[in-house]
Amino acid sequence: MTAPSGGGILVEGVHKSFGDNHVLRGIDVKVDEHEVVCLIGASGSGKSTLLRCINLLEPVDSGRIVVGGEEITARRVDVDRVRRGIGIVFQAFNLFPHMTVLRNITLAPREALGIDKKAAEERAASLLERFGLSDKRDEYPDRLSGGQQQRVAIVRALAMRPSIMLLDEVTGALDPELVAEVLQVIRELAHEGMTMVIATHEMGFARDIASLVCFLDRGVVAEAGPPERIFTDPQEPRTRQFLQRIIAAGRL
Amino acid sequence: MLGNRGVLVSTASTIVVLGLIALAIAMSPGADIVRERFFSWEHLKQSFLGTETSPSVVSAFLLNIRIFMTAEVIILVLALVIAVVRSIPGPVFFPLRAMAVAYTDLFRGIPLILVLYMIGFGVPGLGLKYFSSVADVTYGIVALVLVYSAYVAEVYRAGIDSVHESQVAAARSLGLSRWKSMRFVVLPQAIRRVIPPLLNDFIGLQKDTALVSVLGSIEAARAAQIYGAENFNYASYVVAAALFVLMTIPLARFTDHLIARDRRRREAGFAR
Ligand SMILES: Nc1ncnc2c1ncn2[C@@H]1O[C@H](COP(=O)(O)OP(=O)(O)O)[C@@H](O)[C@H]1O
Ligand SMILES: [Mg+2]
Repeated sequence: MTAPSGGGILVEGVHKSFGDNHVLRGIDVKVDEHEVVCLIGASGSGKSTLLRCINLLEPVDSGRIVVGGEEITARRVDVDRVRRGIGIVFQAFNLFPHMTVLRNITLAPREALGIDKKAAEERAASLLERFGLSDKRDEYPDRLSGGQQQRVAIVRALAMRPSIMLLDEVTGALDPELVAEVLQVIRELAHEGMTMVIATHEMGFARDIASLVCFLDRGVVAEAGPPERIFTDPQEPRTRQFLQRIIAAGRL
Repeated sequence: MLGNRGVLVSTASTIVVLGLIALAIAMSPGADIVRERFFSWEHLKQSFLGTETSPSVVSAFLLNIRIFMTAEVIILVLALVIAVVRSIPGPVFFPLRAMAVAYTDLFRGIPLILVLYMIGFGVPGLGLKYFSSVADVTYGIVALVLVYSAYVAEVYRAGIDSVHESQVAAARSLGLSRWKSMRFVVLPQAIRRVIPPLLNDFIGLQKDTALVSVLGSIEAARAAQIYGAENFNYASYVVAAALFVLMTIPLARFTDHLIARDRRRREAGFAR
């Protein structure tokens, strides 16, 4: 596989097991800088695990992951430093419930980057403003709607000024009417050229936003290609089956 | 909440019930001797204030308060350290974790009074020069700290375990170190959740300060005993008991208040 451009991601031959459960069975994915790659596939196919491996939340068993030219799966890599450059947003938001929105956002810039309070708050304020959340800065997460919480989670990750964002079914826990506001935020990020890897069940969204779609099936990338091809002319029977099920469920 | 009428009714019914109980006690056989031995006004007053030959129960009680205050602060910190050590993952830290486990197993298992004997009589008995000037009460505090830290460490640990791992994942994913994730994300949530059981343990600690007397310190229970033995009267015990109750009530009500507040929050959908 050729190296990704600039700050891209290269995943090469990655295997990962949990006990007897061989979850990732040799994953190869290349993400160029400023590119948006969508991961689709049945639940349990390994999408979340792959994203967690890229963020070093899970150690890989074998294979390697290169980010911005650095092999982050090598030994003796400072995981905290790597993670500061890679934002991840989870399906369940995972905001810190004992902190206000502002504190959620400024915690890591202050404690992990060492930015002073004032600068961190200014950075947070401008992000909140941009995503229409300014009036929520002093609220606690449990006072916000799911859509607002997820937007705060995105802002929290962005406040670290990552070069890459990993999004793990970020609309998966939202009521249907709240999905659009979150997808809008992601569209804006894509528009700005943020390099992103997005695990999603929103096929329409994936088709709009992805430059590359990877269909994961039982721990391997069964098929990868531009969305036009994957969604209209899939080559693999497995991909076809999966998409048929999705269409039957009314999600495409 | 009770309305005005509710307050009136509950006050009246309380007075009636207490009156009936008092009447039953006063009319039962032996009531006079009970009153004389336990509730004689003269003895209550004398043991409260102290006599020439026996110490004042109240002044002695100040020692209980001092022991409690000192032990409590040390326990809060030491137990937290033990709980955090127990939750450090990784094979390198196995010895530390094992020590923390051994510590809690040991000191939760041994009766407090044995620990008091071992520390209070055993350590000075070693004849080490360094320990020769240490006061009895200090040994007592050390024993209380050793035993109660084991309990409180377990309370903290339950709190730490109750914080979902996704919170740690979120913190670590932002580039926060293991320790900073613990400090800013896990511990604040954990401690908030365990405050009621923590306060419960401290009510136990307040009472157990009386056991320090086995090492010779004259705290309230011991002072009451001295008075009782000299005067063949138990009013001093009643005084000491009342003091202990008075000290624990604020903590008990505060615990109730926190539990009720947590329940209200949960019911209102707050998880703060
Ligand atoms: N921390 C873990 N421990 C054990 N098994 C896990 C863990 N995380 C994921 N798995 C397992 O890995 C498989 C893939 O899960 P996941 O990556 O979440 O799939 P997806 O996100 O595509 O639904 C599942 O069988 C799941 O049970
Ligand atoms: Mg998943």
